[in-house]
Amino acid sequence: MLLTLEPGPEQIKSEKIYQQMGLSDEEFAMIEKILGRLPNYTETGLFSVMWSEHCSYKNSKPVLKKFPTTGEHVLQGPGEGAGIVDIGDEQAVVFKIESHNHPSAIEPYQGAATGVGGIIRDVFSMGARPIALLNSLRFGELDSSRVRYLFKEVVAGIAGYGNCIGIPTVGGEVQFDPAYDGNPLVNAMCVGIIDHKDIKKGQAHGVGNTVMYVGAKTGRDGIHGATFASEELNEQSEEKRPAVQVGDPFMEKLLLEACLELVQSDALVGIQDMGAAGLTSSSAEMASKAGSGIEMNLDLVPQRESGMTAYEMMLSESQERMLIVVKKGREQEIIDLFSKYGLEAVAIGKVTDDKMLRLLHKGEVVADVPVDALAEDAPVYHKPSKEPKYFREFQAMENDIPEVADYKETLLALLKQPTIASKEWVYDQYDYMVRTNTVVTPGSDAAVVRIRGTKKALAMTTDCNSRYIYLDPETGGKIAVAEAARNIICSGGEPLAITDCLNFGNPEKPEIFWQLEKAVDGMSDACRMLGTPVIGGNVSLYNETSGAAVYPTPVVGMVGLVEDLKHVTTQNFKEAGDLIYLVGETKDEFGGSELQKLSYGRIFGKAPELDLETEKARQQQILNAIRAGLVASAHDVAEGGFAVAVAESLFGTAGLGADVKISGNFTSALFSETQSRFLLSVKKENKEAFEKLVNATLIGEVTDSSVLRIVSETNDPVIAADVKELESVWKGAIPCLLK
Amino acid sequence: MKFAVIVFPGSNCDVDMYHAIKDELGEEAEYVWHNAESLEEYDAILLPGGFSYGDYLRSGAIARFSKVMNEVVKAAEAGKPVLGVCNGFQILLEARLLPGAMRRNESLKFICRPVELKVENNRSMFTSLYKEGETITIPIAHGEGNYYCDEETLAKLKANNQIVFTYHGTNPNGSLANIAGIMNERGNVLGMMPHPERAVDELLGGADGLKLFQSIVKHWREAYVVNA
Repeated sequence: MLLTLEPGPEQIKSEKIYQQMGLSDEEFAMIEKILGRLPNYTETGLFSVMWSEHCSYKNSKPVLKKFPTTGEHVLQGPGEGAGIVDIGDEQAVVFKIESHNHPSAIEPYQGAATGVGGIIRDVFSMGARPIALLNSLRFGELDSSRVRYLFKEVVAGIAGYGNCIGIPTVGGEVQFDPAYDGNPLVNAMCVGIIDHKDIKKGQAHGVGNTVMYVGAKTGRDGIHGATFASEELNEQSEEKRPAVQVGDPFMEKLLLEACLELVQSDALVGIQDMGAAGLTSSSAEMASKAGSGIEMNLDLVPQRESGMTAYEMMLSESQERMLIVVKKGREQEIIDLFSKYGLEAVAIGKVTDDKMLRLLHKGEVVADVPVDALAEDAPVYHKPSKEPKYFREFQAMENDIPEVADYKETLLALLKQPTIASKEWVYDQYDYMVRTNTVVTPGSDAAVVRIRGTKKALAMTTDCNSRYIYLDPETGGKIAVAEAARNIICSGGEPLAITDCLNFGNPEKPEIFWQLEKAVDGMSDACRMLGTPVIGGNVSLYNETSGAAVYPTPVVGMVGLVEDLKHVTTQNFKEAGDLIYLVGETKDEFGGSELQKLSYGRIFGKAPELDLETEKARQQQILNAIRAGLVASAHDVAEGGFAVAVAESLFGTAGLGADVKISGNFTSALFSETQSRFLLSVKKENKEAFEKLVNATLIGEVTDSSVLRIVSETNDPVIAADVKELESVWKGAIPCLLK
Repeated sequence: MKFAVIVFPGSNCDVDMYHAIKDELGEEAEYVWHNAESLEEYDAILLPGGFSYGDYLRSGAIARFSKVMNEVVKAAEAGKPVLGVCNGFQILLEARLLPGAMRRNESLKFICRPVELKVENNRSMFTSLYKEGETITIPIAHGEGNYYCDEETLAKLKANNQIVFTYHGTNPNGSLANIAGIMNERGNVLGMMPHPERAVDELLGGADGLKLFQSIVKHWREAYVVNA
């Protein structure tokens, strides 16, 4: 889209050219009123990206306000590049999750790669050293060649960027459901560590200070990426491929090291990533947050190609760029610092006091817009919300127990479900060890990364079962947060806070908006109860293909603090003779379960119930027992139920088996997805001490038989399976589907 | 003993190498920038893994032209231990300090996992503390580790016992003769795809790599230190 001759202000209005950029008639009228004149083409572009849902949260803001965002340890909540939580010893953890769904649907390798690159920049723009990456991925079923292509390329893109920049990809989740066929979800999370004294903000303070551009040159890639992210996907989306950016992880590695050296300099005033809406959002937001203005001369912007217009430069989403504000007179130091890394640092403007974003190009003023109008004062919409009919119908259904003819065959079938099956094919491609701090590698409940020089570590996970959320957004929202916390607890950590990525359909549809509202209500309740405030995140709406929305998928990224490396616990059974305990009673709950999907090919009914007080109490008991050194292994009971959990606890062990007893209805005992349950193993000598701390039922023992034997209360066999057989099915499922 | 950890733009295992030497081996280590003009003060040179120059053109192909590489060649000629791991190995190949070349993994995918290695030659300054034929576990993490050389070179490598490590059991990348690590004829330049610096701490799953660094120290002590 090379625009050599841009339409003039009158033409933009009369031909409604602003509509192509995603602005409504009302919004264009607002802009005219704000400026007291018609905007030109560049200015219309500035407003259109800044007022896109992706940048302004105009549809989700009223909902996001419901999240608890403060807490004793929160040093930085939502609003900056990433949130920050104190972890003691003058250190803090910085983390955020972000979506790159639309780009990945069109150009999966680069879409995923630049998603990783963007979230890393959000973390190091705060001054933090990125120490780990996670992700959360959703695809359609692997029987479609298009889905297999998307899956392979997304994984390769994440690997390509993370491996090259040298930040370990330590964890994540991948789920498969036809709801994501045309619109995969690619959410990337980055975790960093910072000393309190180094915390930086994206603010342009100090009139007369210099605005500098650092990193890669600006090209014509990614123009209108933020606008593209705020539309539904359709047959024409393929044409938006130029809106997808191309990543260069090598450039970002240099930029990362240079910026971390820069944050040690007292010449630095503020720093912000040029992410969505590139130069526009970084400049307008930095000025708006500081109550200042910015004037930039676009002739000075490093450009990759000649003849770029002001519009193109301002809307480009070229990667690996940062905008920084430095003290006047200190520019040369900055230039020297960046040149050591082979990077450009160029003064392109200055901080002003008039709260305007003023752009000069070829000696003329080409845009003059109030920064607050672009950033803080973007319109906010209170969308209508309506309970969908399906919800009523599902709520009215009785709990149904699917028919199971053969328990062992059903267990094997569940272990083969791609959502449950081993993700080794995925994480084998990620360098999860670089920086040599990864104590618990991918495959356990949460990843654990030590903090070098201390005895502490961070546990981290991403979670979201969107089937429950589709059935019942409020309960499902609670479950997403609670399950993330279970994973942290099972790893020996205390949950600190969450970041969230709200992936939903088109919010202009009242039923979708209702899903968003209810899910946020549920998540907020759980966050309050579990003491994990929301310190930042991202909203991705319009995840629809040809009118069909994805399941509501509010992904939770949670980080917890492991006080002492001695507390690190994994899900695998450790030794024959250890006692096996189940925490929590089991109900007949199959709504949204893997067994229901397997049996009926669809999901329906009620989501599993969740009582937050019970959840909290159990988590606390288990963490206390882990800290007292009484727990040999811990695993939460999740998708597929108890039978899958016990099988998973046997995988990767050297020939261990288990003898366990179940009671009640066998199908429920084995496969129900009742919440707030945990599977623990305990050394015999710790039996009494453990039972004093945790309300748990002793159900069996770890053996050295390499057989999983499940019997009834009267010792009748229910399942007897060779662990090797179970494990090979579980491990082979995804590679087999990809052949 | 003082180790140099060479840092190229895009190196990313430099930190791991540094900590392995400082924290686990207990010897001195310093980062040395790619444009350094001398390596005289160092007793051993370590070329870490990563993606020097983004692996653009070919892995290691640009890094070999770095200023410091002249000094690495001098150090190798002087007989100092030079160890290249992963991308460091690729750079040593490109610099012709070791024979052969690297191709993409047979699977065409990046692979990260602990693998079993067989110590083929324990009579080197890098492996004297291992037993011959010993099986050790060291992680790999690479996309281009499929070692290749012509038949004549392979015959020479075998005849001179230059093959130091081979993959045991499964060959993860399709490398010729299961080669995981080779050294030069003189025996002071070792290149290997697996990462010994990632296997120096039981907390992270194993410490089989530590003996490699300890072997280097032992060799140096025996040669230079009085009453060693």
